[in-house]
Amino acid sequence: MALPLDLESLTEAFSGNLGMGVDENALISTLGKSHKDHRKLFRKASKGFFVEDEERAFEKCHDHFVRHLKLEFSRFNNAVVMWAMHPWERDARLMKKALKKGEEAYNLIVEVACTRSAEDLLGARKAYHSLFDQSMEEDIASHVHGPNRKLLVGLVSAYRYEGNKVKDDSAKSEAKILAEAVASPGEEVVEKDEVVRILTTRSKPHLQHVYKHFNDIKGSDLLGGVSHSSLLNEALLCLLKPAVYFSKILDASLNNEADKTTKKWLTRVFVTRADHSDEMKEIKEEYNKLYGETLAQRIQDKIKGNYRDFLITLLSKSD
Amino acid sequence: MATLKVSDSVPAPSEDAEQLRTAFEGWGTNEDLIISILGHRSAEQRKQIRQSYHETYGEDLLKTLDKELSNDFERAILLWTLEPAERDALLTNEATKRWTSSNQVLMEVACTRTSTQLLHARQAYHARYKKSLEEDVAHHTTGDFRKLLVPLVTSYRYEGDEVNMTLAKQEAKLIHEKIKDKHYTDEDVIRILSTRSKAQINATFNRYQDDHGEEILKSLEEGDDDDKFLSLLRSTIQCLTRPELYFVDVLRSAINKTGTDEGALTRIVTTRAEIDLKVIGEEYQRRNSIPLEKAITKDTRGDYEKMLVALLGEDDA
Repeated sequence: MALPLDLESLTEAFSGNLGMGVDENALISTLGKSHKDHRKLFRKASKGFFVEDEERAFEKCHDHFVRHLKLEFSRFNNAVVMWAMHPWERDARLMKKALKKGEEAYNLIVEVACTRSAEDLLGARKAYHSLFDQSMEEDIASHVHGPNRKLLVGLVSAYRYEGNKVKDDSAKSEAKILAEAVASPGEEVVEKDEVVRILTTRSKPHLQHVYKHFNDIKGSDLLGGVSHSSLLNEALLCLLKPAVYFSKILDASLNNEADKTTKKWLTRVFVTRADHSDEMKEIKEEYNKLYGETLAQRIQDKIKGNYRDFLITLLSKSD
Repeated sequence: MATLKVSDSVPAPSEDAEQLRTAFEGWGTNEDLIISILGHRSAEQRKQIRQSYHETYGEDLLKTLDKELSNDFERAILLWTLEPAERDALLTNEATKRWTSSNQVLMEVACTRTSTQLLHARQAYHARYKKSLEEDVAHHTTGDFRKLLVPLVTSYRYEGDEVNMTLAKQEAKLIHEKIKDKHYTDEDVIRILSTRSKAQINATFNRYQDDHGEEILKSLEEGDDDDKFLSLLRSTIQCLTRPELYFVDVLRSAINKTGTDEGALTRIVTTRAEIDLKVIGEEYQRRNSIPLEKAITKDTRGDYEKMLVALLGEDDA
């Protein structure tokens, strides 16, 4: 059971009074272990830092607060800032940043659109309205050009059915469609209407059935890089095996050769997934399977200081 | 503005449920009683009546209605009694199963509802049909129609009033260029119509008129009459900018059609009675020199007619 959040110390710390006798280690431990409902209470109680968007049911950060936190907690590489935010705001801001950065960052759009639940993706779209006075899809549609546009817009617009009911015949025939699309020359796979339709509208359980049938029909792995579009390949991986996807991202970010941008993936994955214990457990297992050591061990080896402690605390939530 | 008339004091839902039960008892059905109750209750009140009916009699009111009633009257009562989100889910689901005229229904629901109403319809769709609206629409449409309809039904438009005038100018220009060359299915035209906020779209078409001297809908009249996609595109723009005029057009066609298109008539009256049927009625009269109620009563009869009149707020109850 998570420790109750000491609102006073947290407010103190966030106001920039770290030097005034607040125990940083205890605070980080408390914050890291905190249940998302406790953080919600904190956001609701801290009117100076957050403003309530009643219509859309979330508490959004004042911009000055975000800037302030980034400075105050710069040692934590954004982890604290992101962790305190409402998940919807977090995802909306990630999307916006990816769009601004350009093509090399579009994998982030795929990641958020494909690994979040239908409700959380919807929530991110609501937060986007609130933060940026426009819709996520209009921003993406007007900034992305070329063959990936249809895929990206479709992925963020989805509100997938989340029940387990699947029509296996339908899945089988769609596996055939994908198999044909992958095999045929000419148009790139990502530009094929039917491929985009299947990936951007079908439920995840349905896609699992499609995946199985594809591998049976083709004798090759749908996740083996079927398209020249890395975004399409990534979408497939995120939709079908998110734990594998996240493990790969984490490994890349913990690599010695990782550049500054890649290193940031570490924070992002931890902060955005730590509240989902089941998923984190799967990620830890998958990581271990793929790389032969535990994620915790790797973090201990590679990361230092309070940032490391924060990450380890987040990790321990799903032990 | 709504046309639905609800008195300031209505009986408790349980009383209404009881009364409705008596309407079904014995030989035949007391349609007048059904109309006098259901035809004068708000969506929230109808929901409570359904709940109460189910609690008391162990059956869904709609199932009972289905058993007891028939034809156009039943359809009107059924659509009316459903909650708006469920109703939209039903209408769109039916539309994915029928032929091309149903593309219009998909577009109508996607474009005339608020972002929240469309979202609720999508949620109701999950619950009722165990799949998503978009997967059904995508699966049952092809080519250009799919290109337009899927983005429309999955849109979650920003609903603020802010408008970017520079953008409006750019996008008006872009649209003009594409329309000039009859590129009606152009990706960017579809992008603008399916993602921009309604306020932004309105600003864009106002700009279009200022810069090119004619309304967008007039420009689109240059195309081929048989071009079904073009016709859908026109309706889309109308729904996004002047929905009440769109509804007037649909009503007029429905009523004037030989034999009357009850489907469209019922759909419009039941889906707009609590929203803007009053404004639609006013526009109808302005453009057709006959009150909407008169046009409807000339062309319909029996309990079906009585129900429509009740929803128009024109009965004596």
